[in-house]
Amino acid sequence: MSTYFELLLAMRPELMLTLGALVIIGVDMGWGKRQSDETRMHTAATLGVVWLLAAIYGVIEVGAPGLMYGPVFRLDALGSISRLGILLLSLLTVALAPASTRLRNPVEFIALILLGTAGLTLMAVAQQLLVVFLAIELASLTLYLLTGFDKRSAASAEAALKYFLFGGMAAAFLLFGFSLLYGLTGSIDLSVISVTISTLDGHQPLLLVALVMIVVAFGFKTAAAPFHLWAPDVYQGAPAPAAALIASASKLAGLTVFARLLWPGLSAASGGPGAEIPLAGWLPVVGILVAASLILGNLAALAQRNFRRLLAYSAIAHAGIMLLGVMVADQVGYGPLVYYAITYGLATVGAFGVIGILDRAGVGPSLSDLLGLYRRAPLLAATLFVCLLSLAGVPPLAGFFGKFGIFVAAFKSGGIGGATGGLAILGIMASAVGLYYYLVALKNALVITPPAGADQKSIPVATSTKLVLILINLGLLALGLAPSLILSRL
Amino acid sequence: MNALPYAIYLSFAGAALCLLAGRRSAAAARGIALISAVAAWACTLYAGSQFVPSSEMQVLIDLPWIRELGIRYHLAADGISMTLVVLTGLAATAGILFSWNIEERAGEFFALFLALIGGVYGVFLSADAFLFFVFYEIAIVPKYFLIAKWGSANREYGAMKLVLYSFAGSALVLAGLVWVYAAGGATNFSLPELAAAASTLGWTEQLATFGLLFFGFATLAGIFPLHTWAPTGHVAAPTGASMLLAGVVMKLGAYGCLRVAMPLLPEAFVAWQPIIAGLAIIGIIYAGLVALVQEDFKFVIAYSSVSHMGFVILGLAVANERALSGAVLQMFSHGVIAGLLFAVVGRMVYERTHTRQLAALKAMPLFRLMPFAATTFVIAALASMGMPGFSGFPAELSILIGTWGTSPWWTFAAAVGVLIAAAFTLRVMQLAFFGQTKTNGTEPNYVPLTWPEKTGAILLLTTTLLIGLRPDILLNWIEPALQSPLMSALIKGMSS
Repeated sequence: MSTYFELLLAMRPELMLTLGALVIIGVDMGWGKRQSDETRMHTAATLGVVWLLAAIYGVIEVGAPGLMYGPVFRLDALGSISRLGILLLSLLTVALAPASTRLRNPVEFIALILLGTAGLTLMAVAQQLLVVFLAIELASLTLYLLTGFDKRSAASAEAALKYFLFGGMAAAFLLFGFSLLYGLTGSIDLSVISVTISTLDGHQPLLLVALVMIVVAFGFKTAAAPFHLWAPDVYQGAPAPAAALIASASKLAGLTVFARLLWPGLSAASGGPGAEIPLAGWLPVVGILVAASLILGNLAALAQRNFRRLLAYSAIAHAGIMLLGVMVADQVGYGPLVYYAITYGLATVGAFGVIGILDRAGVGPSLSDLLGLYRRAPLLAATLFVCLLSLAGVPPLAGFFGKFGIFVAAFKSGGIGGATGGLAILGIMASAVGLYYYLVALKNALVITPPAGADQKSIPVATSTKLVLILINLGLLALGLAPSLILSRL
Repeated sequence: MNALPYAIYLSFAGAALCLLAGRRSAAAARGIALISAVAAWACTLYAGSQFVPSSEMQVLIDLPWIRELGIRYHLAADGISMTLVVLTGLAATAGILFSWNIEERAGEFFALFLALIGGVYGVFLSADAFLFFVFYEIAIVPKYFLIAKWGSANREYGAMKLVLYSFAGSALVLAGLVWVYAAGGATNFSLPELAAAASTLGWTEQLATFGLLFFGFATLAGIFPLHTWAPTGHVAAPTGASMLLAGVVMKLGAYGCLRVAMPLLPEAFVAWQPIIAGLAIIGIIYAGLVALVQEDFKFVIAYSSVSHMGFVILGLAVANERALSGAVLQMFSHGVIAGLLFAVVGRMVYERTHTRQLAALKAMPLFRLMPFAATTFVIAALASMGMPGFSGFPAELSILIGTWGTSPWWTFAAAVGVLIAAAFTLRVMQLAFFGQTKTNGTEPNYVPLTWPEKTGAILLLTTTLLIGLRPDILLNWIEPALQSPLMSALIKGMSS
């Protein structure tokens, strides 16, 4: 049992983020009154980046000491890589925020991102059901606020309301599931639960209900079909940085906590081969989500004319592959899953960074509004090229290696006859479909010469923003050329 | 030999430079592209001059890459890869010469072009199946942009169709590779290891994985009925890209079949053989017949490509030593000849007459208006028909002789294809160049052929003639490579 002080030390990153949020608001109150919104935003973003860097440093310092404060937190390799990934994605989002849609109260926006990030990093290390729930709610509540932050936009308000209602529903499911687990096992500690469950006899209808509840809740969180309905509207309506955070860091955190909950926690009830309770487990349920997400996400993305909605449906398809990574995490470890989630997040932050800049420049949201982008802003077009091709899974970009890792794991895990092998084949075929809609977007941005009357004004991009975008592109290339950077640590 | 990897690096470096230089001037991008393509080609030729043929893959570089999955950055070459990298260098250089007229966004054009070339070199030199696949995919995506942006009629459709077919094919390959690797319990992606893993699979699984791998690759080689991307794609592509597509990219598919699919699962291959050979023969005859009735000059050449690639697939399907060496020789030969034909049609003729309709071309005495183009086309057509003295002759002859040993009926059927090839080639030659002896009224004054066009044409013509007269230059490389453990096991399994 470690002391409270040790816990505080280990939670340095979260403390930094909370403190950072307060400092950012404090600085603005003291100094920002007479400044323009622009300056305030830049100051807040710069401070945000600094605090996030401090938090990253904190994570590296803390390392992986193991269980902390009894069984409440688990600071292992998965936790620290996942925290690093979340902080990095959040940092890039904050760094791109000043170039994005103009917002009223920009300082609060950045402060909220920092608070939300604290919730997300807590999710990555939480080990006890109550803390898991609290961390998820801390992150979710800030994300709802961020989604509705563009008060001048009706779409933003609609998105926030939808997200809030669906999210609240998911939270209720999760809490219900957790309470059933507690009732069955008499504990909220994951390690105790896992032991107790394996001693339960025969079929436990209540356990099944609990499992389904939990899977449904995480289906909502990760935007997996058929619980994806909020995603397209949120991606479309939210301010670009908020959408980026929801699509990247929040997904990574959700998958981490989900994988942790299911495999070490509920492995006895997995329903996979060799599990104590055969068939009636959560693996088949997650398998259904995977198949539904892969099919629905890819097919619906084909029909989209709005760039953000296209990304949303493709995100549903990606959620399918990531859940497949969760299904096989016990056999091959968390490496492929976390690698996939981080590289996917990186590409998504890049794509939403571009969307934000276009938004600010008054470019419309539909795919055809991307026409002539290669001339108006070559770097933005190049960023889309790299990010979308990474999402499509084209080597040597990182997205390909993520997919490859998960497919190999899926084949290895259950054999070909096994369900995961079949899902992997489905995923491979689906990625061929995926290339089509990404190429359609890129065709608009890079290939078609815009008609004579079209807006040809070049889109200004600040040097700092350029640097961040270039960093994202290089990151996708570097993680692709050297996947071991992440894989070897898990 | 150690110069070979630099062909890959030079191409990618050239691509990056073109992208940078292209923003200033198109001429600079062109120059850089030509220099890097020639330099990469020189690397392959130098390596070829140092090359001592042997049955072993000669290791060029072998470093661990992704340790977690046992993936290595492992480049190696044998006589088959040597043949094909030399072809790649030639096709790339000629392709750039025939793209000299690209002015719009030239930097990006040549960057994509060289990235494609770099991927192709990488495929031919990879000894690790995963690395092979990575390069294979790198070669796919640039094609979309090359065609969709710089292509001609119906280009967006043709580009998308081509890329989706290629990508779907590579998805099949990926599924097959991962299947063999995971289910067979392999610990790395080297070909011998994967072959050992594949032999532990059950018979049904072997049949299934072979099907995935072979037809995944063969999609890119234009096997019937998965060939439909080829005509539309070739026709829509800009000349330089058509030359590359028909010249080397289709060979990637055939090479994948030969290097990966067949040696990995030799027993399943025996079971699949009649189907593959049947599809190859149908492809030869069907594409030939379709070429016979085309009204568009470029479609004739495009279908002829599919027909000639049918011979390559037939040679692979028969898989005795004679047929395999013929198939590799045919890959080289067709790469050169198809490049030449597309150059004449797409660049020399179309850029001046602005029509590819045979009916319209028939009304012009092109042989008089463009003597150089006409001469080039006649020679290329003779080579394409398999006239002795040109590279197509020893190649197709080897395939046919090799096929005889397995089934004389297949030889007869394929020989009909040779006749059809002669028919459509002569028809299009007659219609396009010798339709009229003089013009009615004023003669159009066409821009004379430029030096890049002439240089490119002469390079390709010389090569097809050289290999036609001295096929042993390449055969001396190819034949020892067929003695390697994997290949000889394949050939033995086929003959028993």
